Amino acid sequence: MTLDPITLTVIQSGLQQVCDEMDLSFSRAAFSPVIAEANDRSDGIYSAEDGSLIAQGSQGLPVFVGVMQYSTGTLIRMIAEGKVIAPKPGDIYIVNDPYLGGTHLMDVRFAMPVWRNGEIFCWLSNTGHWPDTGGAVPGGFSASATAVEQEGLRLPPVRLFKNGELDPEIYAIICSNIRVADQRIGDVKAQAAALYVGEARLTRLLDRYGDDTVRAAIGELRSRAAEQMRAQIARIPPGTYRSTAYIDSDGVVNEPLEIRLAVTADGEGLTFDFAGSSPPCQGPMNSVIATTLSSVYLAMRHIFPDVPISAGAFEPLTVKRPEGTFLDAQYPRPVSGCAAEVSQRIAEAVFAALVEALPDKVSASPAGSSGNFALGGEVPETGQSYVMYQISGGGYGGYAGGDGISNGCSTIGISKAPPVEIMEQQFPVLYHRYALREGSGGAGAQRGGFGLDYEVEILKGQARASFVMDHGRFGPQGALGGSDGAVNEVTVTRGGENFTPEHLSKAQDISLVAGDRVRVKTPGGGGYGDPTTRDRALVEEDVRLGRYSVEEAKRLFG
Amino acid sequence: MMRDDMPPADAAGKAPEMTDKTLTGRFAGIDVGGTFTDLVFYDSKARVVKLAKVPTTLDNQSKGVLAALDVASVNAAALDLIVHGTTTTTNAVLERRLCKTGLVTTLGFRDVLELGRRTRPHAYGMTGQFRPIIPRDLRLEVPERMLADGSEYTALDEDALRAALAELRDKGCEALVIHFLHAYANPAHEIRAGEIAREVWPNGNITLGHALISESREYERGVTAAVNASVQPLLRRYVERLADRLSERGYERDLLVMNGNGGMVSARVVAEEAAKTVMSGPASGVMAAAYTGRRAGIPDLLTYDMGGTSTDVAMIRGADPAVSHEIEIEYAMPIHVPMVDVRTVGAGGGSIARVDAAGLLQVGPDSAGSEPGPICYGKGGVEPTISDANMVLGRMDPGKLNTISGAVSLATIRAAFQSRLGDALGLDATEAAAAVLRIATAKMADAVRMVSISLGEDPRDFALFAFGGAGPLHACAIARELGVPRVLVPARPGITNALGCVVADLRHDYVATVNQPLDACDMDEVHALFVRQIEEGRAAIGRERVEIAEEKIAVSVEMRFIGQTHLLRVPLPSATPTREELQALFEEAYFRRFQVKLPEIRAALVNVNTSVIGRRPEIDLSALIDASGRKATLQEARTGARPVFFEAWIDTPVYWRDHLPADATLAGPAIVEQMDCTLVLEPGDVATQDADGNLIVTVGPRR
Repeated sequence: MTLDPITLTVIQSGLQQVCDEMDLSFSRAAFSPVIAEANDRSDGIYSAEDGSLIAQGSQGLPVFVGVMQYSTGTLIRMIAEGKVIAPKPGDIYIVNDPYLGGTHLMDVRFAMPVWRNGEIFCWLSNTGHWPDTGGAVPGGFSASATAVEQEGLRLPPVRLFKNGELDPEIYAIICSNIRVADQRIGDVKAQAAALYVGEARLTRLLDRYGDDTVRAAIGELRSRAAEQMRAQIARIPPGTYRSTAYIDSDGVVNEPLEIRLAVTADGEGLTFDFAGSSPPCQGPMNSVIATTLSSVYLAMRHIFPDVPISAGAFEPLTVKRPEGTFLDAQYPRPVSGCAAEVSQRIAEAVFAALVEALPDKVSASPAGSSGNFALGGEVPETGQSYVMYQISGGGYGGYAGGDGISNGCSTIGISKAPPVEIMEQQFPVLYHRYALREGSGGAGAQRGGFGLDYEVEILKGQARASFVMDHGRFGPQGALGGSDGAVNEVTVTRGGENFTPEHLSKAQDISLVAGDRVRVKTPGGGGYGDPTTRDRALVEEDVRLGRYSVEEAKRLFG
Repeated sequence: MMRDDMPPADAAGKAPEMTDKTLTGRFAGIDVGGTFTDLVFYDSKARVVKLAKVPTTLDNQSKGVLAALDVASVNAAALDLIVHGTTTTTNAVLERRLCKTGLVTTLGFRDVLELGRRTRPHAYGMTGQFRPIIPRDLRLEVPERMLADGSEYTALDEDALRAALAELRDKGCEALVIHFLHAYANPAHEIRAGEIAREVWPNGNITLGHALISESREYERGVTAAVNASVQPLLRRYVERLADRLSERGYERDLLVMNGNGGMVSARVVAEEAAKTVMSGPASGVMAAAYTGRRAGIPDLLTYDMGGTSTDVAMIRGADPAVSHEIEIEYAMPIHVPMVDVRTVGAGGGSIARVDAAGLLQVGPDSAGSEPGPICYGKGGVEPTISDANMVLGRMDPGKLNTISGAVSLATIRAAFQSRLGDALGLDATEAAAAVLRIATAKMADAVRMVSISLGEDPRDFALFAFGGAGPLHACAIARELGVPRVLVPARPGITNALGCVVADLRHDYVATVNQPLDACDMDEVHALFVRQIEEGRAAIGRERVEIAEEKIAVSVEMRFIGQTHLLRVPLPSATPTREELQALFEEAYFRRFQVKLPEIRAALVNVNTSVIGRRPEIDLSALIDASGRKATLQEARTGARPVFFEAWIDTPVYWRDHLPADATLAGPAIVEQMDCTLVLEPGDVATQDADGNLIVTVGPRR
């Protein structure tokens, strides 16, 4: 069937609207602040045949950009193979198994078919980051886990809702294995309600334009998105572009993990080859294949933000399966660090490889860490236990159009950090500073943005501090002659003495008492271009504003 | 926190003593917009209305204000009230033309205003810039510290404070912000620092962080205070100058200024809380819509204000505009004071249509703005826009093209649609223009829908209130797309903001934070909070020296289920709710919004809110169109006909709005023109005129 281009555009916005409404509905109704405030969730529409992405909400967490098409595809295949019970109308699957197309266990996915005349027209799916799914430590980020069982409850695809009703037996099993289970019912209902909202909106679209027209439009939009991505890629001169990026350690063995990337452009598409990267690691810095793919996709989307997200846009991108490396982890490798940290190093490798080919589109490397600092303790008067999370940003890389911004969000996220006042209301801590980290921006014609410098004191009782950060060994990479940004620094002051964790940016359960302090300096962004060519007025302004000392400015900018 | 001298709880709801003056007079509402300064003059005794539209004078807005009075031949000396809407502060913030402002803050925290909340400008793309309101060398720290529970951890170092103040003064700062951590919990240090500052600061431009909003979140509170301080001298100078000019003309009353909450305050005090005037222009338009809708018996409205560069949408329930305390006026620029919740949704008449790399026709987000503007402006624009599509399709009068100096011909516009869009899409120029409108309509309908559902409502339960220069051109098509049954087109869509100034109420909003599980709340204390808020509001209105016809008190709470972060606002029927009533009302509102029941989880009472509103004397809107100019029959009001494209060219009658008979009923297709706007009735639409001169369009079914 032939479609007029106007109907095509209208259906394109209609599909986007369905996803945006699911995103909005999910966030507004969710209980977990990770979903409601930090928008650590995503919603999308997937094809009935293979789960390929049709449309995804524009306010979804970037790292989920390619994950759900993988997990939905796996689910469809397992149903076809008889490994998972086939759905009936009103059924919703729940799954969080990382190896079946996921991230870490805390990202819980729901998937529901949309039925038309007794057949599945497409799937709706969403992911929400649950605050806890069991495991060794509250929140799931165990820096020293060596197997997935230590990270939490792993759910294969099962029908949590049957015929529109929550299955109380499956739900009881889940609740018995996770912390703060009493509030999860709110998130479960919100996550399902978002799918129902999507179903209702999509049904209206199908009723209005007809199933065949919408199906034809989806196919046409897919091939046009592929064309659009190809048109962008055609700007990259043919050749192979290489880069390397490092993760400080896996949290267990104190050796850097290496990501080696070779991107080959042939004028039509890009091939991403991670051959030569480090083998699977003992600690939780492994990535599962879906996350690795998604990280490449999100990096490309950062470079070309105008290309709509759909399976078509990914078609010209070929990622060779990085078998035998830590970027294709198999059961039972621990994976809690993949979504928050490894994904950002993969994106950094993509940026670093392509900045030379696309100097007007790609920035020097951003801080690229979620900066997770978790503090678990007890309030002595009440005996109540708490877990505090401080996430933090860092400097972005300089780019052709200007300096990198300071304290930017993680590459894979869009969530805001909590205010100091809220942290001090909720937890027995005192912040002594929350400041711009002077001198941290990598020098360049366009310098990197500055990191954050904060210091927290434990006011009462005892607590245990854990860190999952990165860039402690090597700063975010400068580009085209720019310098690297400053490395991440963690300093613990215990009993009046300062020390740095052995793994620099990762540590688990450091015991602290009232009066002890933790100071974190997050990375600055990489510089872009030769620092000696930087506009002198801008160098002087940075000195006047105290961002660099006079000596630093002389040393860095000549 | 409760005071001893609190009046008894049953004080709520009683009407204040009325003045014995008659509630009549001569009022002028003057709104300064981006392009035009509009005036509405209303004489309630003589039932005379005068209107004026003059160019805005950007360098000094008061010139345009005086010019508007002149053009309308309004004698300022004879006026009983002037209400003024100004974009002085809005423009200053958006263009960063701010006064040099210094910050004194808690040791260790001067960079909060630069670091923000760890964000980036766009979800995708690792680039973009952010400039803090106050530069780093004008942000100084002093030792002092409160804890979250309001206890003092470090005393205020007054010597360090004096040194910091001297440094900022010597650096030439005109305004000052004192912003300390946890000052919302205990403002003692900020208050003491303010006392010291007043001794040494050369002027009164001092903003204390806790004074505008007493809520936690140091970035948002700090930015709000910094915006306030850095526009305060500008606004103060501007309103003083304007008041002087008006008094030279013999105006003896208070000049009132519109606030972003849709209420108005005296020019004598408006600069104290200057941040509240940011967004006042859009707010006054929404107030006029609420007023018009209430009189028309259509109290539930979605306002649709489409101009040249953008479109604003707001929701009105029960003639009461939705208010938000958390508006972000641009990236990382939150202003947390109560403001009418007006959302800017992008497309305007100048939005550009292009064929993208995938061969799809897209409308926006780029805009031709006002310079060069659409092709039809004749100022050098070459890319087809929404306005140009209206011209090609005959929805706007192509005959008017000749009346603009240097204007382009219709053929030129058609050629642009052909070469830039039609050729790539396989369409002729007319089809391409129709396609642009179809896509623009779908996108704008989606945007309106998103605003509506994000506020928890189905748009089909509302009527669309169309105003702004381009609102009535598109409103019927958008309503049809949305399934909205009715469109209300007011008598004077092009001067709605100025009308808002005339009809606006006096208004004061209060928020107090409780943040406790509902079953643990002391309900007596909750009732006492309401009483205190009501008393404060009444006292504030009493100080305004403006006649009011009626006092209205609106009380509400914000609640959530424990563990949740988003708040749900629950309006209350009285200021003395019982615990059980709050629980029931909240559950009802929650189910209505999310279709979810959560009996498993306890509810929490977070905020207690009161708005004290002094309603102004009723204004007879029917005077907006001079009755003596109306014709007896539709036929006489008809000025002609022209071909208009509605899926096919139809010869469509054109009417002059001011000539429509009082009881006119019009069936689409039809065009209704007036001084500054054009209404398009599509085939199937039927418009009837009500007693106030509004056209109420019943939207026909989707074709």
